[in-house]
Amino acid sequence: MNIKNTNQSYGLLSITIHWVMALFIFFMFGLGLYMVELTYYDSWYKGSLDLHKSLGLMLFFLLNVRLIWRFSNIRPITLSATRWVAIAGHTAHFLLYGVTIVLMLSGYFISTADGRDIEVFNLFRLPALPFSIENQEDIAGDIHEVLAWGLMTLVAIHISAALKHHFLDKDRTLIRMLKP
Amino acid sequence: MKKLMKSIVLATALTSTLLSAHTHAADYKVDVKGAHAFVQFKIKHLGYSWLLGRFNTFDGNFNWDAKKPNNSAINIEIQTASLDSNHAERDKHLKGRDFLNVKKFPTATFKSTRFIEEKDGDGYILTGDLTLKGITKSISFDVEKVGEGIDPWGGYRVGFEGDVKLKLTDYGINYNLGPASEWVEMALFIEGIKQ
Repeated sequence: MNIKNTNQSYGLLSITIHWVMALFIFFMFGLGLYMVELTYYDSWYKGSLDLHKSLGLMLFFLLNVRLIWRFSNIRPITLSATRWVAIAGHTAHFLLYGVTIVLMLSGYFISTADGRDIEVFNLFRLPALPFSIENQEDIAGDIHEVLAWGLMTLVAIHISAALKHHFLDKDRTLIRMLKP
Repeated sequence: MKKLMKSIVLATALTSTLLSAHTHAADYKVDVKGAHAFVQFKIKHLGYSWLLGRFNTFDGNFNWDAKKPNNSAINIEIQTASLDSNHAERDKHLKGRDFLNVKKFPTATFKSTRFIEEKDGDGYILTGDLTLKGITKSISFDVEKVGEGIDPWGGYRVGFEGDVKLKLTDYGINYNLGPASEWVEMALFIEGIKQ
């Protein structure tokens, strides 16, 4: 059982962070859609947003660990048949990371638009930047919503590609993200 | 002596003509540049306390003649996206579809149709069309003149204040904030500089 990646397969750490983040992201998307529909007199009206913000920061932390691990570690070789499919795969992965980062930053910019800190699980406070732009909460909010749907679209493509590797190409792409 | 009397009479007549021309309803511009005008709102929070906020960006003009107040008129245009309740997450919600929907309805306007001095001479009743969230309704409310006169920088100013209660559902705002929060109180403080 490898903690680190090999050029043939992913290690335990990469696999764990991948699936933990996958669960987090699905939960955050559902929570986001749900909480904006809650009304003023729902008991979870405030709590749902507090949880969304706190989990968002946890996710940001996980993504940083993941990126550091990715760039300080070897990556398994691509199993894509042609160069173009490999490029498409790399582009999709790059977009998954990029959209996730901007999505999380936009969330931060909504809540801190008035200079207020973000309280994380009542444990500590994440400070706001000392400056903001006009109507920042609206602009960041629009970006947050569009990117949330954009990320889910990318995830759908990502899942389809994984299933294509497994069932059509019959290669180990999906298996090696499941077994270290 | 007769000649002198004649010229005094003429001078008086001339001066009064000039003065009356001067005291005709004058145009005033609301002093938004110096921020001597405020559009505030106040709504009950759960019935236990008050929530206050304001619109930061608006503009307007009016005309006013202290001698003939009933000829006065006012127009105000408010940029709804400038709502500020000192809390970004709440502002985002209030500007969103649940409340003002500022993307679809970026401005709210008030155009007066009538301005009448009250019988006891204590204040005025302002009537006009308020357009908010695309819905136009005629509203009427009491207005008081705060004061008027020259300012220390060579201008002439007059200020009014008034407040009016609006029912949220009258303007298509149906979000449930609770039974104590169905009405919002708008408070207007308008200072104008004579043009």
